[in-house]
Amino acid sequence: MAVGTQYLAEQPKLRTSSMVIGAVVVAALMAAPFFFYPVLLMSILCFALFACAFNLLIGYVGLLSFGHAAFFGGAAYFTAHAAKVWGWEPLTSILLGMAGAAAMGFVIGFLAIRRQGIYFAMITLALSQMFAFICLQVPFTHGEDGIQGVPRGHLLGIIDLNQPLAMYYVTLAIFLFGFFAIWRIVHSPFGNILKAIRENERRAISLGYRVDRYKLGAFVMSAALAGLAGGTKAIVFQFATLTDVQWQMSGEVILMTLLGGIGTLIGPIVGAGFVIALQNYLAASDFPVTVLIGIIFVVCVLLFRRGIVGEIMELTKRKSKQSA
Amino acid sequence: MSTIFGVPAPALYGQILIGLINGSFYAMLSLGLAVIFGLLRIINFAHGAQYMLGAFAAYLLLSYAGIGYWLALVLAPLIVGAVAVVIERTMLSRLYGIDPLYGLLLTFGLALILEGAFRYWFGAAGQPYAAPAQLTGALNLGFMFMPIYRGWVVVASLVICLGTWLLIEKTRLGAYLRAATENATLVQAFGVNVPLLLTLTYGLGAALAALAGVLAAPIYQVSPLMGSNLIIIVFAVVVVGGMGSILGAIVTGYVLGVLEGLTKVFYPEASSIVIFVIMAIVLLVRPAGLFGREE
Repeated sequence: MAVGTQYLAEQPKLRTSSMVIGAVVVAALMAAPFFFYPVLLMSILCFALFACAFNLLIGYVGLLSFGHAAFFGGAAYFTAHAAKVWGWEPLTSILLGMAGAAAMGFVIGFLAIRRQGIYFAMITLALSQMFAFICLQVPFTHGEDGIQGVPRGHLLGIIDLNQPLAMYYVTLAIFLFGFFAIWRIVHSPFGNILKAIRENERRAISLGYRVDRYKLGAFVMSAALAGLAGGTKAIVFQFATLTDVQWQMSGEVILMTLLGGIGTLIGPIVGAGFVIALQNYLAASDFPVTVLIGIIFVVCVLLFRRGIVGEIMELTKRKSKQSA
Repeated sequence: MSTIFGVPAPALYGQILIGLINGSFYAMLSLGLAVIFGLLRIINFAHGAQYMLGAFAAYLLLSYAGIGYWLALVLAPLIVGAVAVVIERTMLSRLYGIDPLYGLLLTFGLALILEGAFRYWFGAAGQPYAAPAQLTGALNLGFMFMPIYRGWVVVASLVICLGTWLLIEKTRLGAYLRAATENATLVQAFGVNVPLLLTLTYGLGAALAALAGVLAAPIYQVSPLMGSNLIIIVFAVVVVGGMGSILGAIVTGYVLGVLEGLTKVFYPEASSIVIFVIMAIVLLVRPAGLFGREE
């Protein structure tokens, strides 16, 4: 049984009600930078996309990757290098980061899908740690300093991304693109086969599906989207450092997804918003963030494994059953 | 000065010794992981933190109670084992029967709490812990000088690994444990208290990690992050060895430690990643691990 089993909902169709809600949310996101600090919002958007990409793997294929920081941080390095050293335009730099993350996803995924469950988690963790060691040693990442002072540049040579609002709307557009891509993947025939593998891998094999290919495909897509998030983050914050490739970052994205709700589409976004806002809030205080993250992990696993969004969905489902 | 493959012999022996010592810790920790996984079906991510806790227990016993190394070697595992028993009773026991990934996530959270708390209290820098007076100095082996403490660690870890292996393979308790690994329900039907067995196993595994921590304290410094850096390598060791056999975990630990030491001599740039590379190769050739069986 896979982790995401609780989410067994039938295919939600694109109803008018959900379209209205979607439009309201997008409108709210458009207006948000006038009310909140744009850098904080962009940070949330990047991590929300990262968490959504991670959730594609655990929520819909049931594979817990403990090494997604490698794709996120790796893409940040590639993008930062392209934008700063080669002087590439920002969007192509981000796309390069994304392609690099996809290539890494292919290699790591190819090795990791040879084992299942807990071993899969340990292998992804070990391989991403190996990548972190490599990043510490090769010259282009500049070791402990990281790549600093990455220029934001002009999008397609026209839009000046040094304007905070322009940068925000580009980040929002990238996030919405990534989210839409995940939505499409999950609700495609391909996505249905992934869910079949999650629910019962042996039966999927007996039905003639080449399970390993589907797993690898999902892994590469997840890695590429995590890379999209990482590359965007490098342009937004104008640096790429070792922090983004280390195992703590893999842990953080797991926490965001677990807290928001594994296997729900918007859960990872809620979780990312919550965790980033909390870190931002705690940055001023003396309290050690790691301890709090650990406590949230323990509480989530022991008390609400469905996560915030998952529990709310369960509650409304139960209510509608009672009223019916 | 004699050379072997163009490397001065003393340097080679020195790195092999360092490799053996690292291997001792890989072996002890992967052994504990394998014992816990065998029965509880949980990967104990907090294993590194429990190793760190053992080292800190020795350090704190010395600096606040004046209790020396030899007594700490007994007390620290008992303290950490007791903490682990509480953790198993209050938290882990609620997770039996559901997806084992939740056990991994829970123990990951516990590791973060422990490391974060110790980092908050003691800072990220290491605290020195002196080796006991009886084990200071060096021994002239004829071909190299060996610090006595390092030799002691290799011998002690071999004894610990062998002792644990004997406990599991040759004693009545070990027989219960192996039987419960195969079929817990049946063993319980025969009147064995399986929940107690689970609790003891987790306590034993954590105590092993703590014992390794006390042994490590005089070699590496006592620091909050000493465990998390190690545990990921130990995970790779476990993937290479496969968790099916206790002896396999031990042998893999020592062999990979020595291979890592040799890499430091011949190609130092790769020494931090060599174990992961070996893991990747093993996954390609024998996905179940060298001593593992397909499940």
